[in-house]
Formats: sequence, structure tokens, C-alpha cells
Amino acid sequence: MVGELTWQKRLFGLWLPLAALAVFALFPFAWMAVTSLKTNAELYDPTAMPLVVRHPSLVHYISLLKETNFVLWVGNTMFVALISTAFSLVMGIMLAYPLARMRFPGAGLLAIAVAVTYLVPQTLLFVPMADLINRLDLGNTLSAVILTYPTLLVPFCAWLLMGYFKTVPKELEEAALIDGASRWRAMTRVILPLCMPGFISAGIFAFTLSQNEFLYALLFLNRSNIRTVPVGVTGELIRGDAFYWGQLMAGALLGSIPVALIYSFFVKYYVAGLTAGSVKG
Amino acid sequence: MNHTAEAVRPVVRTAPVLRFFRPGLRPSELLEREAVFSWLMLTPPLLFLVAFLGYPFFYGVYLSFFQRQVAGQAHFVGLGNFVTLWGDPIFWKAAGNTVKFTVAATLLKMTGGLGMALAMNQNFRLKALTRALLLLPFIVPTVLSTVAWQWILDPGMGLINRLLIVSGLVTTGPSWLGNPTLAMVSIILVNTWRGLPFFGISILSGLQTVPADLHESATIDGAGAWARFRHITLPLLLPVIFIVTTFSVIFTFFDFQLVYVLTGGGPANATHLMATYAYSLSMNSGQMGLGSAAALSMVPVLGLVLVVLALYVRKD
Repeated sequence: MVGELTWQKRLFGLWLPLAALAVFALFPFAWMAVTSLKTNAELYDPTAMPLVVRHPSLVHYISLLKETNFVLWVGNTMFVALISTAFSLVMGIMLAYPLARMRFPGAGLLAIAVAVTYLVPQTLLFVPMADLINRLDLGNTLSAVILTYPTLLVPFCAWLLMGYFKTVPKELEEAALIDGASRWRAMTRVILPLCMPGFISAGIFAFTLSQNEFLYALLFLNRSNIRTVPVGVTGELIRGDAFYWGQLMAGALLGSIPVALIYSFFVKYYVAGLTAGSVKG
Repeated sequence: MNHTAEAVRPVVRTAPVLRFFRPGLRPSELLEREAVFSWLMLTPPLLFLVAFLGYPFFYGVYLSFFQRQVAGQAHFVGLGNFVTLWGDPIFWKAAGNTVKFTVAATLLKMTGGLGMALAMNQNFRLKALTRALLLLPFIVPTVLSTVAWQWILDPGMGLINRLLIVSGLVTTGPSWLGNPTLAMVSIILVNTWRGLPFFGISILSGLQTVPADLHESATIDGAGAWARFRHITLPLLLPVIFIVTTFSVIFTFFDFQLVYVLTGGGPANATHLMATYAYSLSMNSGQMGLGSAAALSMVPVLGLVLVVLALYVRKD
């Protein structure tokens, strides 16, 4: 570090900004937790302090788990996210490997096309997509979202992995080919095992993206027992104009925990994916 | 330099077609050709993308020329849907909102993210944990955190108004999501909350590539903290900031879920974005053609951003 670091500098240059950022980033989660632990009597008592829980209670969690399909929604979300992530990773590898490591006519153009598909937003596609899913007779099935989520994830995985594959030296493959390995063996035995961190990055990212997806789930999943957490929570815990805030916050918190947990195990890979996906271009 | 490289390269080459159809080539040998191997790998994902991305896109273009209710017969109307939108004040309101929303939220995220990155680019204890926690808003499913924000902004018992009342600043808090201006402010605020860490972490990764010795020699030459930031850090960061901003502009411009959950486009269409309005036209009013046209009206903006991005990448 350059220059003298006095404690004032440390306070105004580091601790205060960090504290402000942390409060701004995290208070909604605290508010979720506080709300979900209050009984309705305390929750809607105008004289109670908003951020203090006097009589913690699990009533909202119990009613969420017992009276709604919440557990089913979590299971659906996980199932859909796992399958579409696995599918997208395989498809992404199949796109990225040749585009990053092989020379053939049209490679450059295709690489650009993949980048463009990553940037085409869902908003442009949802109307015809709804029609397509209806005609395939997949409305109200999990297959509808398992088929449509990869349209968002495959271009992303491919793009991220293209950057990753390019970092592995071409000599490794050439050496394997000279030693008599086929292209397929050089890929599966030499190059792909070296790229595990890239696969984890892309996988974690795709997994959180599918947990986050809302528009297609909203369009295609209208029956309660096949819903994912986002559409279940907004579709069924808000009944007409009545907001059951205790239950809603319990659902929002419980629904966020799986993503947050998986993310916390793989933060390093997630950040690598985040910065590679946008910064390396 | 280039000339020598050209000269060294072997000049004699068989024509590709001839090599390809050399008689007696076994399938396994064919597979060793880069082009054959590549296209075999590429075909399945490309077929998937053509069927589920390419086809819907062009089908959407086709739909936009028809007047079509969800279940009814389609009538060709040419550019009629676009003409209808042109005369639709809500469409223009949504377009204006989208621009305001995108510009305001992107500027806030950019400055906030730069601040976050500068604060994080120092040595302190529990840095990894802090970074992980600050990224939480970005990874938690947007719909769930947006529901929490809806409750934070609730006029009666929401956190903000309760804090305003407890601290004695007001007797009744404002209706954050019920007042047209405040509702716009609210959606910008929540989008900023969610997207700021993305800018912060990306810019931080850019900051870490700024060589420390540049700062050291500038300090020896008498440059102050601001001068070093202005003349060393910022120029080196510009590429990262540019790419992150371009991405963010696209994803903010086409944002749907945040507004759909927080305000539903209300009060009285005051916060409709293009995406929520297109949804409302096609799904609530059942006018698929008109909704398609509204969604496609955003393509020029996407195209413009992509062209800017392409020009920038080429310049490098």
C-alpha cells in the first residue's frame, strides 16, 4: 500500500463506506427474517418497534409448510434448475469447444452469433414462445420450463466456456494427437478435465439463473402443484389484494436459502463466472 | 513483421475439396478433420437454438403482422399493430419510462458500483466474506427480494414509513408505490439495489489488474489520490466499465419481473415498462399480435447497443 494509513483514512475510506453498503445490501434480508418471526398481532401493531421481535414465533413457517404447496415448489425449482443446468452445460461445451479451439470455415461468424443470442432478452421471445409451448401441448408441465430455460442458459454457458477453453494451450492437444490419441480422446481425456473450474463457474451461474427465472414459469406453470418458488410465492401467497406478509416473508427467506447456500460454497467460482461472462467478452 | 511470417508459412496446400474427398478415407479418419469434428459437435446445440430461439424470434416477427386473439382466427393487418402502438399514449408512456428507468438505474449502479469496488480494493480482514455478503442481492431470486421490497415500501406498516414515523419526521408516510413519481423512484431504487453488486464486483476485478507500481511511481512524482484515480485508475478501468454498463443497459432496458411484481405497471400505467406493457397486451388483453409488435419495438434499441458494443470490441 502507498502512503501513510491513518485511522481517519481507514474510517472514511474503508469502514464507513463498507458499512453503508452492507446495510443497504442486507437490510431487506433482515426485514424478511424479522417479519417472518412475528405473530400477526405484533406485525400489525402500530406501536411496536418495527425491527425488534418481542415474541418470536414460527406460525408463519408452519402455515407456509402445511397449508401451501411450498415444499413442492422448492422441489420443482430444484428439479428444473438441475436438469436445465446439466443440459445447458453439455450443450454449451459442445458449442464452445469447437468455436474456441478448432479452425473451420464460419467459426468466427458463429461465435458472434452465439454472443448475440446471449444478449437477446426473453422479453422479445415470450409471446411466440407461449404459442410454441401451447402448440407442443406442454402447457402446465415442467417440461415447458425445462425446454425453455436452456434458451437463456446455453448461450451464456457457451460464451463463458469459450473464454475458458481459449486459456488452455493448444500444445496440449497437439501433443496428445502426436501421441496417437484421436480428437475425441484428446478432448475428453486431456482438455475437458483441465477445465473443471470453468464448468463449475458456468454450472453455478446457470443454476442461480434458473432459480431466478420468472417470466416463463409465470406463463407456463398455472397449476399450483407444478409451480416453482417465484411463481408460487407471488401467485398464491398474495390472494387478490390481501398480502399475508408473515407467510410471504417466510417464503421469500426459505426460497432464497437454497440458492444462498449453494452460492456460499462456490463463491469463488461464481465470481469467476460473473466477471468472465461480462468482462472477457 | 507480417511479411516474414507469411514467407515462413508453407505455401503448398492441397485444395480443401480434394483433401476432403480423398479416396479410401475411413470414417474414423474423417472424424479427425477439424471441420468434420467441429460440425458434429456443433449440430445438436445449434439445432436446439434454432428451434427454441431462432424460430420463436421469427415467429414473433410474423405474429406482429397479424391481429390475433389468444384462441381466435388471425387476420393479416400488415403494419397495423405498429400503427396502433404509434397512436397509443400508454405505449409512449411505457417507452419513456423504460428510458428513464434504464438511464437512472444504470447511472446509480455505475457510480455505486465504482464506490463499492474502490472500497473493496483495500486490504482488510474478512474481505472474502464481505464480498460474498455484498453480492447477495444479485444472487437471491429477484422475485423474492422484490416481494420483500414491496413490504419495505408498504405505505401503512412498511419499514421505511415506520422508521419515518418512529423518528418523528412525518405523521403519515408517503404512498411509495401508489404515487406515480414515487413509484418510478421505487422501481429504480430496487433495480439499483439488485444490480449494484454486479457492477461492484466486476469493476473490482478490473481494479485488481491495475499495476501497483504505476501508483507508486505516480506517488513519488507527487500525484495526489485524486490525480492518481483520475489519470491512472479510471483510464485503465474504462474498458471494464464500458462492457459492464452495456450489459446492464440491455438487462435493465428489458427488465420485466421487478416491475411486474412491485407495481404491475401501476398506478394507472405510471410505471409500465415496454416489457410489462407487452406482457399486459398479449397476456391480459389476449392480443398476441399487438403484444408481439410492442416487444419487437424494442429491437432497434438492442440493435443499437449491439452495434456500439461491436464497434468497441473491434477497436480493441
